[in-house]
Amino acid sequence: MSTSHRKPAKPAHRGTHQDAAAKHHRDLLASMLLIRRFEERCVELYSAAKIRGFVHLYIGEEAVAAGVLDALGPVDTVVSTYREHGHALARGVPTDAVMAEMYGKATGCSRGRGGSMHLFDVGRRFYGGNAIVGGGIPLAAGLALAEKMRGGPGVVCCFFGDGAFAEGEFHETANLAVLWGLPLLLACENNLYAMGTPLRVEHGQTDLAMRAASYGMPAWAVDGMDVLAVEDAAHRAVEGIRAGHGPYFLELRTYRFRAHSMYDPDRYRDKAEIERWRARDPVVLLERRMRSAGELDDASYAELDRRCTDEVDRAVAAAEAAPVEPVSDLLRYVVTAAGDLPEAR
Amino acid sequence: MKTVTTTYREALREALREALSADDRVFLLGEDVGRYGGAFGVSLGLVEEFGPERVRDTPLSESAFVGTGIGAAVAGMRPVVEIMTVNFSLLALDQILNNAATLRHMSGGQLSVPVVIRMTTGAGRQLAAQHSHSLEGWYAHIPGIRVLAPATLQDARGMLAPALADPDPVVIFEHGSLYNVSGELTAAEGPLDISSAAVRRSGDDVTLVTYGGSLPKVLSAADLLAEEDISAEVVDLRSLRPLDDVTVMASVARTHRAVVVDEGWRTGGLAAEVSARITEQAFYELDAPVGRVCSAEVPIPYARHLEEAALPQAEDIAAAAREAVGHRG
Repeated sequence: MSTSHRKPAKPAHRGTHQDAAAKHHRDLLASMLLIRRFEERCVELYSAAKIRGFVHLYIGEEAVAAGVLDALGPVDTVVSTYREHGHALARGVPTDAVMAEMYGKATGCSRGRGGSMHLFDVGRRFYGGNAIVGGGIPLAAGLALAEKMRGGPGVVCCFFGDGAFAEGEFHETANLAVLWGLPLLLACENNLYAMGTPLRVEHGQTDLAMRAASYGMPAWAVDGMDVLAVEDAAHRAVEGIRAGHGPYFLELRTYRFRAHSMYDPDRYRDKAEIERWRARDPVVLLERRMRSAGELDDASYAELDRRCTDEVDRAVAAAEAAPVEPVSDLLRYVVTAAGDLPEAR
Repeated sequence: MKTVTTTYREALREALREALSADDRVFLLGEDVGRYGGAFGVSLGLVEEFGPERVRDTPLSESAFVGTGIGAAVAGMRPVVEIMTVNFSLLALDQILNNAATLRHMSGGQLSVPVVIRMTTGAGRQLAAQHSHSLEGWYAHIPGIRVLAPATLQDARGMLAPALADPDPVVIFEHGSLYNVSGELTAAEGPLDISSAAVRRSGDDVTLVTYGGSLPKVLSAADLLAEEDISAEVVDLRSLRPLDDVTVMASVARTHRAVVVDEGWRTGGLAAEVSARITEQAFYELDAPVGRVCSAEVPIPYARHLEEAALPQAEDIAAAAREAVGHRG
């Protein structure tokens, strides 16, 4: 439910509307807290060498995943980047399956073939973690083209970052998506750094929304730390796309509180800058707002937090106990073998 | 059986027309495939017949339109993507390698990528170094895709349907020198096999292994050799990935000599792969070292005499065969 489309409450129904809003806010908070607790656990597990590879944490950016994915339904499709734990969890990919993938286990959402950067859940229309910067954007356009050619109701949402905005694949696809009127939401997570390179060093013109608008699509910047602002923008964009207006672009201005990856010593950012952004922690912002509206108290927050922590605990325990894929299946899924074919689509 | 006189280009077009008619999920996209009729005229008339939604002109954005074809395939459509030349395909190599060939495995088998990507390859038309290379060997290096090289009218006509039926990505290389080749085409009985190599000419003294645009040159070389009482067997690989080792080894087991002819560069190329397989699998059948005839290691030049000198020619192939036959075991 989007704030801008919420009708003024009539006195007789005031209680109902307030309850609905409070519940919705609790859902958003729960979505963000689950991501936060999951990512914090990943830090511990990486340090303990339980999970390996490149691990890109989403801490600080939770409002983007929670807010944008709130606007999508089961008919819609998501394509994501290598910093996609948050997108997967907010899309409803089971926490167990995501954690097991970190562990490289057979129960992982990509059967241990993908790892942190390549989470897939085709049943939930979550088409991956793409680790080629910008590489998921043409793929998303193709998913959107199929939807359009078949006259389906779905919207395809493609997440990518400010780094991908410098890639030709973004610009080529933005043009093509406008030209063909594709039902595509281009959700640009501008966290101000392309790995270690600041936005101003990478882009001659740093107003990304303005540049996207030049392709002929609605595009605007959003406070990516405010989950209510994000969901409002996402709902408006998705409504426009579903109404047949072609692609929309959102520049979601956000910040990662942790380094680029677990591998990154983070030598290129000013500590004071990080602290300034931490003061606008998206989880805390919503928590404060809910407290002042009387929607949350210490007990209910603690309960919510405990539920998220428990869910992550259970996922870790399940991943620890899960089997690995047999090495005899190493070559499986490279090409389709008899019996491997998914149901005819 | 019905036989018609046609060209390689028309055979490809007829295959596209049949696919577009048979299956609503099939559509063609690429640069100038619609109003222009295709850079090499393959899709001429199809936009008038099937409309601009299904014969889709794209911007000059190889990565975007190839990736879009891949995404549409993931969503269950059956796109045929045309790329003007293999040199231009490098702009889309990210999508072909990192997405088309990879998504199935990387997702643990959750999805398929039934896309067909067609492109022109090869030299011989004085188009110089950015329109003339033979990079199909690079594509044949990639697990997760099937690579086909139709060299005959029958294959030009018949390979598309089984390629579209394949749940995995298929890349089809059409040699630019073949488009105008004309001849008799007999209607096929049933679907064409796209996994096997084919013996195009039987012989006893030496096996000439080749594919695509080199096949006519190799057949000419076999004619030259026949005048010298050297009987050459010609094997057309047809599928460059997977390779049909069985047909190649069976031929080598008969002739005991092999020369591999490939318009790609020699170093690290497809001919090296075929040669290595013969050495691995048929070493004790060989009466001579496996020979290779490849393009000179140079960006293909413009001037006709230089271009001809850079490419495998019938006389070069015949010379390599004579050398192989000269070795008596």
